[in-house]
Amino acid sequence: MRHRFFRGFSSGVWLFTILLAWSAASAQDLKSFEKRITVKVLPNGLTLVICERHDAPVFSYATFVDAGDVNDPSGESGLAHMFEHLAFKGTTQIGTTDYAAEKVALQKVEDANDAYEAEYLKPVGRDEKKLAVLHQAFVDAQSAAEKYVVPNQFTQVAEANGAHGLNAETGLDDTQYFWSMPQNRLELWAWLESGRLADVVPREFYKERDVVMEERRMRVDSNPIGRLEEQFFATAYVAHNYGRSDIGWPSEVSQINATEAMAFHQKYYVGGNIVIAIVGDVDPATDLPMLEKYFSRVPAGPKPEDMTTVEPVQFAEKSVVIREQTQPIYLEGYHRPSYRDPDDAVYDAISDILSNGRVSRLYRSLVEEQQIAAEAVGESPIPGEKYPSLFMFGAIPLPGHTPAEMRDAIHKEIEKLKTADVTNAELQMYKTRTRAELLRSLNDNQGLATSLAEYQTRYGDWRELFQQLDQVDKVTKADIRRVANQVFVASNRTSAEIDTEPPAGPAKQDGGAQ
Amino acid sequence: MKNHKLRSNFRFLLAGAILCALALPPSSIAQQSKPWEQIPIPALHAFHPQQPKRIVLKNGIIVFLQEDHELPFIYGSVLIHGGSRDEDPAKAGLVGLYGQAWRTSGTAAMDGDAMDDLLESKAAHIETAGDDDSTELSWDSLKGDSDQVFSLAIDLLFHPKFNAEKLQLAQQQEATEIVRRNDDEDGIAGRESAKLVYGVNSPYTRQPEFSTIGAVTLADLQDWHDRTLKGKLIVGIYGDFDPVAMEAKVRAAFDNLPPGTPEPARHDQFTDPKPGVYFIDKEDVNQSNVQIVALGVDRHDPDVPTLDVMNEILGGGFGSRLFQKVRTQLGLAYAVGGGFSFPYDHPGSFRVEVLTKSVSTVDATKAAEAEIAGLNTKPFTAEELQRAKDDIVNSFLFDYDTKDKILDESERLEFYGYPADYLETYHAALGKVTLADLTAAAKKYIHPEKLAVLVVGNGPEIKPGLDALDMGAPQPVDITIPQPHGPSPTGAEN
Repeated sequence: MRHRFFRGFSSGVWLFTILLAWSAASAQDLKSFEKRITVKVLPNGLTLVICERHDAPVFSYATFVDAGDVNDPSGESGLAHMFEHLAFKGTTQIGTTDYAAEKVALQKVEDANDAYEAEYLKPVGRDEKKLAVLHQAFVDAQSAAEKYVVPNQFTQVAEANGAHGLNAETGLDDTQYFWSMPQNRLELWAWLESGRLADVVPREFYKERDVVMEERRMRVDSNPIGRLEEQFFATAYVAHNYGRSDIGWPSEVSQINATEAMAFHQKYYVGGNIVIAIVGDVDPATDLPMLEKYFSRVPAGPKPEDMTTVEPVQFAEKSVVIREQTQPIYLEGYHRPSYRDPDDAVYDAISDILSNGRVSRLYRSLVEEQQIAAEAVGESPIPGEKYPSLFMFGAIPLPGHTPAEMRDAIHKEIEKLKTADVTNAELQMYKTRTRAELLRSLNDNQGLATSLAEYQTRYGDWRELFQQLDQVDKVTKADIRRVANQVFVASNRTSAEIDTEPPAGPAKQDGGAQ
Repeated sequence: MKNHKLRSNFRFLLAGAILCALALPPSSIAQQSKPWEQIPIPALHAFHPQQPKRIVLKNGIIVFLQEDHELPFIYGSVLIHGGSRDEDPAKAGLVGLYGQAWRTSGTAAMDGDAMDDLLESKAAHIETAGDDDSTELSWDSLKGDSDQVFSLAIDLLFHPKFNAEKLQLAQQQEATEIVRRNDDEDGIAGRESAKLVYGVNSPYTRQPEFSTIGAVTLADLQDWHDRTLKGKLIVGIYGDFDPVAMEAKVRAAFDNLPPGTPEPARHDQFTDPKPGVYFIDKEDVNQSNVQIVALGVDRHDPDVPTLDVMNEILGGGFGSRLFQKVRTQLGLAYAVGGGFSFPYDHPGSFRVEVLTKSVSTVDATKAAEAEIAGLNTKPFTAEELQRAKDDIVNSFLFDYDTKDKILDESERLEFYGYPADYLETYHAALGKVTLADLTAAAKKYIHPEKLAVLVVGNGPEIKPGLDALDMGAPQPVDITIPQPHGPSPTGAEN
């Protein structure tokens, strides 16, 4: 939606540009990166990873908080994401005309919301008149608090100082904040970023909750793929939070309050749970003391306890069928272990051999030879990676073909993996391409910042970004066959599909619905 | 999976990341202190962006060489004039099919499948693609494989052997797109609002149908290829190469071609959309996608820098009037924004979009319309102007902070015939935009009574109805997909 100078060019000419980079892999690269990377753990537990790249006077950063919607308490699905939106609303120092007075007003908003909700949620004997009065009081309290707000000042100051690609993402596993900036704004950035991590104010919370409800309508309710996905994961999991709507079930996300969001912040936004990576024209010798000063504001604290729910072993095959007017799609998933499993790279190898490009087995079989699908893939891990997740297959039928044909064709390919070894060429291709894709990804400051923060969080050491290639090299044909036989079994399967139904009743208008 | 995982690229499942973006003109509320203004902003480190070497061959072909020795990798591309806007309307979709089948067919010496095997084993790529005004062949590989990959790419450029099976495959892919094009609300809204702006049969909006893709033959692909390859090609090479050797290599491949003939100039007619409210009923959504559109301007227009600043004020992100009002203040939308687009050689559109729950369709549309009309009635403030300029000027750097972006820009300007210093001139012009310029541009370009409003949404849920917009009776738009006559042109149906 942003209309900027470079948006006018219509061609995909440089699609590949972003991916362009290569190094001969391994030790030499690791060594060259070791020379350029500085890691500093602050007394509050927060980790800074700085990678120098002085090509241009810019830097990119990624703040990686090891908490996502999987950590939402029961009944509060969507909370981590709701908090992420709050983190753009400013602090006690930015976004307000008078924080002391605003704080009092915000407490009144909470009180009014509590009173309204208590009446609204009464199982019996709700007094509609009283409810209307309480609702008006809630609305009035919000208006009173808004008088102190300088709306969107936090993001405005960032943008006016050249913030580029400013955004955030909440996943099930984690929450990430990121942008790029001219190098001479590093201290300003540190002030802004440390402020919102340490000192966020639940400003305009209830309006923002409405905004998030609109986001849910866009991504899930009004989108066939969104609806299918939500039902698919909800069916595949019976106990673990990976089965829960990540943006939140409507009745839950619409009831989250600011007090709950701030409690989430207090628990998870502590030093030990945050890694920040900066890549670009930064000099650790001079900049680190400054960064340390700002980021020491983040409250100290160890990593919060991990969630302990373990998805029980699936023993019954499950399926979801959505019958509606949209075109057919087929998905199926099999439970697999988390990223820490020794076979993690084996799953990647299977995914690569099945679905990477026009040489992949699913493409050659379903798209080229049988000509029944427009697209077919096998991907993992999904929907997260921190906890045991799924290996998911999916296919889009060509016109006239059905989900059942997709399922049968996918099962044939799975059977081949179980009964015959992959070829030497396939295995070697996986290894070559993985190395290439990793190294290509290092060229982009923002992408590298995200990877460094992620690996530092997940493995406690960014070097694993390179060292993971050792595991890739060790994958054997026997590993692939073993894992396929172990995981791709009917009792471990959940499928989901859209079966196309003709419109019900007579056409509503000229031409009717399609 | 909302995280962008390196390993996850399941295209049709990427519902997208959860984004958070936002903003509003800080009113002139007094703020006691602004601590961030006390933070020093030192001078930016010196930066001398490296321009690519530009070589003009005697036949008019332009070559750009952009060295970058950080990584042992080389890529290249050939940009070719002529795209889907130039295709025969009876064969709409031809360029899309060509973009696929060119590469998947391969050459007489090596068919597309064999090429896939060879390239993938080296983690290298050669790809072809079609767009509305151009087609393109690109490649990339490790430095060590680059001679072989270059030769293959050049062979594909000059000696493709179009293959009937691969054309059929591309037709099936396109048929899948056609049959699914009414599933996605956002897709419908974008496509149909563009038709309101440019017209249903415009070269910029006409869409492939079963009958038009079925009409495309192998001979059509070959003819298209032969014709466009005679044009003024633009070659770009980027990466870790020796410039003398690379120039010799490129010359050997391109020097002996006959002089290029320019793509004939287009003489398209553009007229404003017919004002009013248009409606498409979609029963499986609970949110309306509202597009408010008009015809816009070409990038050559001298008012473009002013309109770019006005975009930033109206709908360009966190600080914009639309964002502040419709999202932050009213909580009526997650996605709201818009402005003018500035294509390089034809008029763009003015487009504001807002996505809101069915029941607030009228409220949100009116709120967005009020901000558009407000460009003429709510005076621009010095603060808004300053912020918009700061937003744009302070992020200029990201237009040219890498060598490949600079090459990209050079090729683009060459392609559209803009001067090589266009970016500098443009940046300078932006810096000079005044409040008076904004007011004059709003008067000249913002005409609320000329706007067309398209709503895609769930009819029965939209209360009050679209009549409440006071733009006349909503006019239904028929998006029925014409079915193929007789046997399927793609052979895809049983």
